Amino acid sequence: MSHLLLIAFDGADAIQGARFAQALDLPFDIIQLTGEAVTDLGARRVLTFGLPSLPPADFLAHALKDLVNESTHIAAVSAMRSKDVLPRLAGLLDAPMVTDVLKIVSKDTFVRPMLAGSVLATVQVSGSPILMTVRPAGFPEAVRSGSSEVVHTKPQFAGTTRRVSASAKQGGRPDLSQAGVVVSGGRPLKDADTFERLIGGLADHLGGAAGATRAAVDSGIASNELQVGQTGKVVAPNLYLACGISGSTQHMAGIKDSKVIVAINTDGDAPIFEIADLGLVMDLYEAIPQLMEKMPKA
Amino acid sequence: MKVLVPIKRVPDPYAKVKPLADGSGLDLSGIKFDINPFDEIAVEEAVRMKERDASVSIVAVSIGGAETEEQLRKALAMGADEAILIETTDALDPRAIAAELAALVNDLQPDVVLMGKQATDEDNNQVGQRLAAKLGWPQATFASKVSPAEGNVTVERETDDGGETLLLKTPCLITTDLRLNEPRYIALPGIIKARSKPLSKRERATSLEPQVKTLNLEAPPARAGGRKVGSVDELVDALKEMGVIA
Repeated sequence: MSHLLLIAFDGADAIQGARFAQALDLPFDIIQLTGEAVTDLGARRVLTFGLPSLPPADFLAHALKDLVNESTHIAAVSAMRSKDVLPRLAGLLDAPMVTDVLKIVSKDTFVRPMLAGSVLATVQVSGSPILMTVRPAGFPEAVRSGSSEVVHTKPQFAGTTRRVSASAKQGGRPDLSQAGVVVSGGRPLKDADTFERLIGGLADHLGGAAGATRAAVDSGIASNELQVGQTGKVVAPNLYLACGISGSTQHMAGIKDSKVIVAINTDGDAPIFEIADLGLVMDLYEAIPQLMEKMPKA
Repeated sequence: MKVLVPIKRVPDPYAKVKPLADGSGLDLSGIKFDINPFDEIAVEEAVRMKERDASVSIVAVSIGGAETEEQLRKALAMGADEAILIETTDALDPRAIAAELAALVNDLQPDVVLMGKQATDEDNNQVGQRLAAKLGWPQATFASKVSPAEGNVTVERETDDGGETLLLKTPCLITTDLRLNEPRYIALPGIIKARSKPLSKRERATSLEPQVKTLNLEAPPARAGGRKVGSVDELVDALKEMGVIA
């Protein structure tokens, strides 16, 4: 009997992952690693680890391996943490894996992006279980009803990696690849302080993440981890606000899965306007303060 | 200390690559190839380790056709001591690649495997973690700083929430992220000069068939361009109408 095991890192992750789980239309269990069990997602059981924090990948993959049992599919929402652990689990199980599933064609055939999303590949998988990281945005929101059985599980960890320290993200902004709103800036931001004040300020106002072009990163205006595009992060927010960004191929490859793209640029002929849903030809120094005033604060 | 750096030959990540009209593959006519940028960062990091500690030796390895020699020559020009080409035209999936690399690791016994977090063509982000699992080694993915010491490596890495520092006993596997370093520029004469460095060829040591097969490639639906608005007020109203903001 086919069944799916959804690996959720916390409650919010379970709710996102359930979009895919419900769309796949197989009976499913959830392993929720941290936080209080979410029990109304239609899972048969929710296994909770009740961890205060996540252990390193070698420990986690080892513990998960023992809980896979008869699962024919194992999925987790695409994120750095799942990309750290799931391929390792796939390695331990010597099983096939599909990264960043966007669409379900059948129980063994899926659509995924390649080349930072500029090509969509339909892939067919033989072998079992099939491991997957999935991008939930393309699946309908999970129906919330019923009540799953909760099973408190004591994981059997084994590994050698030692975590020396962990640090929270500056300013506590959401992760770029997960954020619902992304505000990005390009070279017209001039310097790091201006970038932080305007792009960071508007991102905070909207409860979103700040992003940057490669040009802005290369000229030291924004730090490396903010780079959006082919060699940086691929984003898919509900709202992408491109401020002072002309729209290089490499940048646009990383943003085109956004639901709504807004471009603000002084050059009305900039390529970004070709893909933007809404374009505003205006100086960002004029537009951003107005946006802070007129857009509702998150 | 021996560092093994697996590299992949990929289409120029800054070129616009499209699928063939029949969906059977990529249209690579006129496209240049390079080392996968994340693997190039791995080569650079290994070379910097060697520059700090002369006892470091670097072996670059790639799996692919004869043309992959070009990328291995570049790795040698950057400072790798030796290159190995596992020559094959088979289409391999990450599981098969990891098995191939595991066989090589068992043969060469490196202390550290340093490689890109993902290749910019297939974007799988699997091989490093799979290889670490197969070898039973600790792993640190998305590395932004690598500090080797006697018998261990300290790695700063990016996480969804910020960052963390891991201590790994060697042998261990590290995958590189963009922040780790900026690779040196190698001009063509440098690559030609590296011709005197050893490059050997091997056949595949395993025979795994791919379990993930590509049936079709297509371009994503083009985004229909939208419209321009005349003011911030109009923009805010339009966003409200679209239900993007409350």
